[in-house]
Amino acid sequence: MPSNLAVQPAMHSVRVWRGTGEGAFRRYDVPASQNQTVLDLVTYIQRVLDPSLSYRFACRVGMCGSCAMTVNGRPRWTCRTHVAKVAAEGEIVIAPLANMPVVKDLAVDMRAFFDKWALAKGAFAPSDDATADFAVVAPGSPERREADAAIECIGCGVCYAACDVVAWNPDYLGPAALNRAWTLVNDVRDRGQSERLLAVAGDAGCHACHSHESCRTYCPKSLNPTASIAGLKRAVARAVVGGTL
Amino acid sequence: MTDARTASQVRFEARLWLAQRASAMVLALCVVVHLATIVLAVRGGLSAAEILERTRGSVAWLFFYALFIAAVAVHAPIGLRTIIAEWLGWRGRSLDLAVALFAVLIAAAGLRTVLGLYA
Repeated sequence: MPSNLAVQPAMHSVRVWRGTGEGAFRRYDVPASQNQTVLDLVTYIQRVLDPSLSYRFACRVGMCGSCAMTVNGRPRWTCRTHVAKVAAEGEIVIAPLANMPVVKDLAVDMRAFFDKWALAKGAFAPSDDATADFAVVAPGSPERREADAAIECIGCGVCYAACDVVAWNPDYLGPAALNRAWTLVNDVRDRGQSERLLAVAGDAGCHACHSHESCRTYCPKSLNPTASIAGLKRAVARAVVGGTL
Repeated sequence: MTDARTASQVRFEARLWLAQRASAMVLALCVVVHLATIVLAVRGGLSAAEILERTRGSVAWLFFYALFIAAVAVHAPIGLRTIIAEWLGWRGRSLDLAVALFAVLIAAAGLRTVLGLYA
C-alpha cells in the first residue's frame, strides 16, 4: 500500500462559499480518494451532496483556465491542484476568485476582466491587406522572443484575482490585459502601437503596477506579467522621450 | 476625455515616472556617500562642530548636498502623489499642485540647510 494513503483522512472537511455578494461558507464532508483534485471535491459536492452549487469548469486538465477559484486563500486552477497539496494545511476552504463580482457560489462575473483586454487594445491591428503575402518574423528576433515569453496566457483570471493594485484601483487594467498588450507591442506587423501605448499608460495602466509580482507568483502558466508591464513602462518612456507619443 | 487630453496626461505620467527613476538613481548614490561619511568620517562623536568643520567652505559638499536635495525634491513628491491617489483617492490637478508645492517646500528648506552648512 502506498505510504501516502496511511496519512490521508477518509473524509475531507471542505468549506465552500455559497451565495452571491451576501453569503457564507458551508461545510461539506467529501470522501477522500487518491490523486484527488480540488475540482474533484467541488464536482462531488455538486453531483452528490448539493446540486444547487454553481461553479465553472470545462476541460479538467489545465488547458481551458475556467476552473480558477480561491483555494485556502490563494487563487489556483482547481483542476491542477491536488487535494494532498492543500489538505496538509488542515481544512480546505474554496471561495470564488477575488477582485470580481460573484455571480453565484464559485462562479464570478469576468466581464470587467475581459473588457479591460479591449481597453488595453489587446486586439491585433493589421497593416497588410488580406491578399498580402505572409509576414516573416524571425523566431530569434528580440521582439519575437519578448512576445513568446508572454504569449501563452489563456485568460483564466488568476493574476487579476491575485493583484493588489486591482483590489485598490478598480480601473486598473490588470496583469493579464497589460501582458496581452505587451505581446502586441512586440508584434512587428501591428500598426496600432501609438493608440495602444496611450491606452496602457497612466494611472489605470502600467504605471500603477507596484511590482509586487503576485501575478507572477500565482500564474498557472508560469508567465511573468510584471516583466511585461515593466516592458510597457519602458516602451511608453521611449515613445515619450522620442516624441512619438 | 479627449484623445489630445489623454495623450498629454500620458506624456505627463511617463515623464513623472522617468523623473522618479532618474532621481532614484541619484539618491542611491547620494545615500551611500552620506551614510559612508557618517560611519567613516566621525572621529570625536557625531557633533555639529565636527560636521561644520567638514562642510564649511567646501564647494564639493555644497554641490553634493544640493544635488541630494534636488533629487529628494523630485523623488519624494512623485511618490507621495501616487500614495495619496491610491490611499485617499485624491487625484487630478489639485493634487498635482499640492505635491508641486511640497516639492518647492523640500527644495527651499533643504537648500537653506545646505547653505547653512557651507557658510
